[in-house]
Amino acid sequence: MDRQITRQGPVPGADAATRDGAPLDPTGSARAAAGIATTRARGDASRLAALLVLVAVACALPLVLSNFRLFQFTQVFIYAIALLGLNILTGYNGQISLGHGAFYAVGAYTTAIMIDQWNVDYGWTIPVAGLVCFVAGFLFGIPALRLEGLYLALATFALALAVPQILKYFEHWTGGSQGIVLSKPDAPWSLPLSADQWLYFLTLAVLLLLFGLGWNLLRGRTGRAIVAIRDHPIAAEAMGINKALYKSLTFGVSAAYVGVAGALSALVIAFVAPDAFNVFLSITFLVGIVIGGLASVSGALWGALFIQFVPNWAQDISKAAPWAIYGVFLILFMYVMPRGIAGSLRLGWARLARARRGTRSER
Amino acid sequence: MTRRLVTLALILGLGLALVAPVSAQETPGVTKTEIKIGNTNPYSGPASAYGTIGKAIAAYLKKVNDEGGINGRKVDFISYDDGYSPPKTVEMVRRLVEQDEVAFVFQTLGTPTNSAIHKYLNGKKVPHLFVATGATKWGNPKSFPWTMGWQPTYQTEGKIYAAYVLKNVKNAKIGILYQNDDYGKDYVKGFEDGLGAAGRKLVVSRQSYEVTDPTVDSQIVNLKNSGANVFFNVTIPKFAVQAIKKAHDIGWKPLHLLNNVSASVDVVLKPAGIEASKDLITALYLKDPTDPQWKNDQGMKDWLAFMQKYYPEGNTKDAFNVYAYTVGQGLVHVLKQCGNDLSRANVMKQAASIKDLSLPLLLPGIKVNTSPTDFYPIEQEQLAKFDGERWVLFGEIYDARR
Amino acid sequence: METFIQQVVSGLATGGIYGSVALALVMIYQATDVVNFAQGEMAMFSTYLAWTLLQAGLPYWAAFFLTVAISFAGGLLIERVIVRPVEQAPVLTIVIVCIGLLVILNSVAGWIYSYIQKPFPSPFPQTPIHAGAIVFGAHDIGVIAVTLVVLAFLYVFFRYTTLGLAMRAAAQNPISSRLVGIRVGWMLALGWALAAAIGAVAGMMVAPIVFLDPTMMSGILIYAFASATLGGFTSPGGAVLGGLLVGVTENLVGTYVPFIGTELKLTVALAMILVVLVVKPSGLFGRVVVRRV
Repeated sequence: MDRQITRQGPVPGADAATRDGAPLDPTGSARAAAGIATTRARGDASRLAALLVLVAVACALPLVLSNFRLFQFTQVFIYAIALLGLNILTGYNGQISLGHGAFYAVGAYTTAIMIDQWNVDYGWTIPVAGLVCFVAGFLFGIPALRLEGLYLALATFALALAVPQILKYFEHWTGGSQGIVLSKPDAPWSLPLSADQWLYFLTLAVLLLLFGLGWNLLRGRTGRAIVAIRDHPIAAEAMGINKALYKSLTFGVSAAYVGVAGALSALVIAFVAPDAFNVFLSITFLVGIVIGGLASVSGALWGALFIQFVPNWAQDISKAAPWAIYGVFLILFMYVMPRGIAGSLRLGWARLARARRGTRSER
Repeated sequence: MTRRLVTLALILGLGLALVAPVSAQETPGVTKTEIKIGNTNPYSGPASAYGTIGKAIAAYLKKVNDEGGINGRKVDFISYDDGYSPPKTVEMVRRLVEQDEVAFVFQTLGTPTNSAIHKYLNGKKVPHLFVATGATKWGNPKSFPWTMGWQPTYQTEGKIYAAYVLKNVKNAKIGILYQNDDYGKDYVKGFEDGLGAAGRKLVVSRQSYEVTDPTVDSQIVNLKNSGANVFFNVTIPKFAVQAIKKAHDIGWKPLHLLNNVSASVDVVLKPAGIEASKDLITALYLKDPTDPQWKNDQGMKDWLAFMQKYYPEGNTKDAFNVYAYTVGQGLVHVLKQCGNDLSRANVMKQAASIKDLSLPLLLPGIKVNTSPTDFYPIEQEQLAKFDGERWVLFGEIYDARR
Repeated sequence: METFIQQVVSGLATGGIYGSVALALVMIYQATDVVNFAQGEMAMFSTYLAWTLLQAGLPYWAAFFLTVAISFAGGLLIERVIVRPVEQAPVLTIVIVCIGLLVILNSVAGWIYSYIQKPFPSPFPQTPIHAGAIVFGAHDIGVIAVTLVVLAFLYVFFRYTTLGLAMRAAAQNPISSRLVGIRVGWMLALGWALAAAIGAVAGMMVAPIVFLDPTMMSGILIYAFASATLGGFTSPGGAVLGGLLVGVTENLVGTYVPFIGTELKLTVALAMILVVLVVKPSGLFGRVVVRRV
């Protein structure tokens, strides 16, 4: 089993991301190392600019887009939050999970039950859902410590399978297979926004907050420890990293992200039912992080765009067998970008940078 | 660098602005020559077996268009895949209503999926017509005046079996096998409601299964050992065959009530074995395409001709295709009644005033009826017993209205 | 007591099914180090192939072996054409390709053969066997027997044949294997081919019980995963035993633990596997892989 991790471990893109802005250079030439300092400074500036522009565009979208399109982008943001959560665990920490749909369900149901049974204001349910999932993830992470690679993946897969059954069993709380119908929240403080616009901004705000926190977490000490555990577990322990604590904490944080995403989805869809949280949801999340790019913050956004829009294109091409088209998309994507969209972009960027440096050094 | 990004963003924003839809016309989706109707079905994912309903409806409406359309208008039937996932249904139905601007939504499939769009469509005042599920909640015109069911509800059918057991079986001890979801539980609820408080004690064992279970052998063994002499079998075809066969193999011979969902002669009864299937009882409202008694029936012949011409890749053993054809005819009836006024309000009004409509593939005597207070179009079923070759109808037509 | 024995017997019967599919999973994992999510759908597709051959009028055993042969070639082809281009990519990339394969096969099967279930013949006698009050099908015993035959074949193949040894070497240490002249690429392809063939056998054994439809294998694959996990992914015998254990446990839990009943039996079976894993992280019969640093 360990072989799997080692095969997955040295993802060049992964390291580059955690070093934040360092150019990717799989061949590891000295020239690249020399250029790191200047590139990093320039990279940071242009990155910040790009980020600001992106946020500005995101804020402007409600002015030009229909409510339906906004709803779709809200979904993208929700998926992006969930994918970042899964990516922290699988991409950065090397623990493969096929069961994060379960935490998505727990988050969604936490929100739905709090609103439906206790009339709690929806705003409060989002952090609570995150907290509940953090605890659930942390607790699940403790026994999971003993499992590696494949066995962990299958143990989490079991979690994803069991959740719909459990949801149906506690009918009194969950409404059983009928689910719980919610009302879409209106914009507060008599803001001149439609419900869709309000949810779009709310989700965007949560997304920015969580991405900011995640980025901060991953670039610092904690992030280095998380990655070190993935790449060199024994060396990491020798360096004094508390492997058990870090791994279960990572599990908890990852679950909390996914739980918040689930809570938002309950609000946006205004309905929860066990059928929405089947095994394919967990598999879709895995597809999202691999397509988007493992161990990459921006990869979560790319992956979210993929899992939101590509199935729609697939069915526009063929109603007879939409899954066949989707499957072909998946395979082709992996051929063209075996390290995901973020990985390929980074690779392309690095080649470009090297080519530029090359021409300059030749004078 | 930064400037380039800003330009890019502006271009992007402008492009998206152009994509945004223009303002709506009088009745969305209706022009002089065309009416747009929306639908969702699972064409992918674990519930793909239902997808043939959407395809067969599309084929039927193509036939209608080829024959000149309805009141001179062609039907533009837009059907999207939701994979039986409620969030996807919400997205697809919003796409239909807000982007494609359909006149109304018709035959969206599944109970959880329809639950997810129930409130939305009623809030938007978009007709949510003839939904493809047997749950009971779709006929509630007071709270949801824009939603209407179609088929007899699972609960209604459960009640029919309960009445039959109470009337005909002395010392009944009942064992139930049901699918652990809304469909199975609705059947059981109707059945137990029908038995009443006293009759409910007759149920000696309830066994459930998940759609992902490979077999129901274990459950059948338990039911037999509970001493039950009545077996209420609420399973989809795959498990119905297994249950009938297994019960026979282990020598359990109860009065066997099989739900309508799995009452296909060729798909369920024959594969389970004629010997094992004999004397099964079910309640029917549609003609079974694999039952030899309808071989010379004009309605069935027309349906076969339609299947060959418009949906050749569809399976003629599949009762879903009969279902789709029939509900398609129901839709055409409503649109014809609407005349030239295809406003959403009028569509609902006409759908709520169907009087004794007979359709060729409904059982003889079974009619579609609605009123402003009755949003359950088909509420009649008739019991039938399998004689080893065909379903033999017996008794009176049961009517849930009475 | 009678109920107990009957539940154990029927648990063994379903367990045999799980074991046969789990065997294919273990096979491909041993030979290529990949968990093949498309294994179930490949087996389903092979079974449709057998069905088509039978419809064309072939006798059962001819169709059986022809299907195994075609599936073998198909597995080879899938590895060479579809998996090859991502062989060097991270393992999750291969997993995604497998998922792509899964959805393609599922969708195409539904498109070609429709979703209507089809009866599939069994080579074994149809009449149930009565032993006292206990009843079981001849096919159930047949499934377990066939699974054991496949298991024995695998044991001999991997232990005593040069090709089998070369395959193991290629999976465990590709670089050294290449140095001693093993064509590692072809060994991987062979692994896929064998797994596809075993899957075809499993599919043809399962179909008479659960009937043939495009979703036939999706539920079983889940249980097969559980079985292989329980038995250990490195042990073919363990996988089969794991299957039988899962089958029996699930039935007994559903029957005898009243508050659980049948509504939570899958959950309980899964929870028990988790407990086993926590105690023995490589499964009951799995080998612990020790890695040098």
